[in-house]
Amino acid sequence: MERSLTQRALITALGWGIALLLFFPIFWMVLTSLKTETGAIATPPQLIFRPSLSSYIDVQERADYLRFALNSVLISVGGSVLALAFAIPAAYSMAFHPSPRTRGTLLWMLSTKMLPPVGVLVPIYLLFRNAGLLDTQFGLIVIYALMNLPIVVWMLFTFYKEVPNEILEAGRMDGARTWSEVWFLLLPLTLPGVASTGLLSLILCWNEAFWSLNLTSSGAAPLTTFIASFSSPEGLFFAKLSAASTAAVAPILVFGWLSQRQLVRGLTFGAVK
Amino acid sequence: MATLTLRGLRKSYGAVEAIKGIDLDVEDREFVVFVGPSGCGKSTLLRMIAGLEAITAGDLTIDGKRVNDVGPADRGLAMVFQSYALYPHMTVRQNMGFALRLARVPRAERDRKVEAAAAILQLGPYLDRTPKELSGGQRQRVAIGRSIVRNPKVFLFDEPLSNLDAALRGQMRIELARLHEELQATMIYVTHDQVEAMTMADKIVVLQAGRVEQVGTPLQLYHHPANLFVGGFIGSPRMNMLPGRIASSDAAGVTVELASGVRLKVPVEPGAAQPGDAVTLGIRPEALMARTDGELAGEVQLVERLGGLTLLHVGHGADLPLIVQTDGADASRARTPIRLAVDAAACHLFAANGITLPHLVTHRLVA
Ligand SMILES: Nc1ncnc2c1ncn2[C@@H]1O[C@H](COP(=O)(O)OP(=O)(O)O)[C@@H](O)[C@H]1O
Ligand SMILES: [Mg+2]
Repeated sequence: MERSLTQRALITALGWGIALLLFFPIFWMVLTSLKTETGAIATPPQLIFRPSLSSYIDVQERADYLRFALNSVLISVGGSVLALAFAIPAAYSMAFHPSPRTRGTLLWMLSTKMLPPVGVLVPIYLLFRNAGLLDTQFGLIVIYALMNLPIVVWMLFTFYKEVPNEILEAGRMDGARTWSEVWFLLLPLTLPGVASTGLLSLILCWNEAFWSLNLTSSGAAPLTTFIASFSSPEGLFFAKLSAASTAAVAPILVFGWLSQRQLVRGLTFGAVK
Repeated sequence: MATLTLRGLRKSYGAVEAIKGIDLDVEDREFVVFVGPSGCGKSTLLRMIAGLEAITAGDLTIDGKRVNDVGPADRGLAMVFQSYALYPHMTVRQNMGFALRLARVPRAERDRKVEAAAAILQLGPYLDRTPKELSGGQRQRVAIGRSIVRNPKVFLFDEPLSNLDAALRGQMRIELARLHEELQATMIYVTHDQVEAMTMADKIVVLQAGRVEQVGTPLQLYHHPANLFVGGFIGSPRMNMLPGRIASSDAAGVTVELASGVRLKVPVEPGAAQPGDAVTLGIRPEALMARTDGELAGEVQLVERLGGLTLLHVGHGADLPLIVQTDGADASRARTPIRLAVDAAACHLFAANGITLPHLVTHRLVA
């Protein structure tokens, strides 16, 4: 009894420690964004100061935040929807009509995630240039969908595996063709899983920087490019950089906060049942 | 209206052949039961008929039309699964109406049909519950109701009662038989339980290791098993099997000599069997009677009292104990000697290759 109490205290402390560690940079970024440029680089760092929104105003004057944000939304949603559109049938076929090669295919798909993206940058860049996809929203949507496809397929596959085959077979006996089977039975039964997969994909797309920095310049540039534009050209202005970053991550933070219940439920869907 | 024919049906999983060539006719309105030990291929065969498993070789026809390449959605059959396989996210009403919804039947007609089926199965009060909120027996009835609503050509059942307790199983057995009467439908029913097979079937198909051992009415299988396997499988408690040799044969039957030296004359045709050939004598538990002048001597090892019936386990030398069925008033006690008389006319003789030597007279209940 006593030991389990100390254990619990330790685990609680550890949990809080990790959470604070993860949270601290975000906290510091928000704090910095509210300082003046001189305050931002002061040593020792200021903890007590008069907050000001001047950095935000400067940032908005120099770049149109809303345009980047809209691009981010469009590209993240588009990429996630496209990935799901391909992954739902792919995972269905792998989970319910497996062939001897299914396992291998799944592993191979995942293994593509271990390749450093920069390894395929040049071919993709050339392909995009020749196809006229550079700096287009559609181009990024395609890239993001492809980038997330392995993870999305894997997640859906594990959720689908939880559905007893006989339920789908009963549907087939009731006259369901493949699409009715997926639409009326599989999707409703795995909705928490599909939703959390979609949410995760959205977050991954939103945060992606490598491809967006390399394949867009202005027209289709999402918020990651917006942040980057504050880091290099005219030396480091920490307060403005922080303000830009805060503005860029705020939507996804709020979104993650609102959907955390759904995310956790989906990600532990198989484990608890 | 539905007839089914199976011709040389085979199923292989890679190098393993699960179904090894099955020929069978299912008549319109017939209640056919596939029975056999676990793993003999009953479910596989049923699923091939359903269209859920591809047919490796052979022909399957429904109403004269070859359906090997027709998908399960288009065969017009309904199936009740062992696990019930209800749609967990739908209410009972939606579960039962799903097939009609897929077929774009208007809602009013759908509701009418669902309610009619629910009335037959006494599911009326549960129509708006989800499967989670039902007992095992109720779920079972929903699964059956789901198949009724569609008015299918053939009903397929895969061990539908095996998840129910004994009392409910008995009750559902009667309900299914009643349903068969009422719907005048063709039904194929898979079970490993030969009591279910005996009580419900018009026609039993005994399967073993992917082959048909015998097809016949319940009493045909009981009184005229085609071989040792069917003799041993059909009937509960099991038929007693004793090794012996043919001593002689004439027009009135074959005389068999048991290891103990006892001779019995069984009214069967010897066929190609010669005196001296090894045979197996099969005696049903009710063909043995405790009598002081009985031919067989032994010792009662165990008495199982079922109330109305009593089963005696009688040791006699090296073989398995003989099981004797006597009435509930039998006063035998364990560890006492006993003599058993054999109703030789009711015995069966199986040749060394397992094939039955045919009886000279057909049992009077077997037309
Ligand atoms: N998907 C499968 N892959 C390989 N072998 C299978 C498969 N399904 C069934 N079998 C084999 O086919 C045989 C018959 O199985 P089944 O029809 O389920 O038996 P039953 O229903 O009579 O108990 C078994 O030996 C089983 O191992
Ligand atoms: Mg089975």
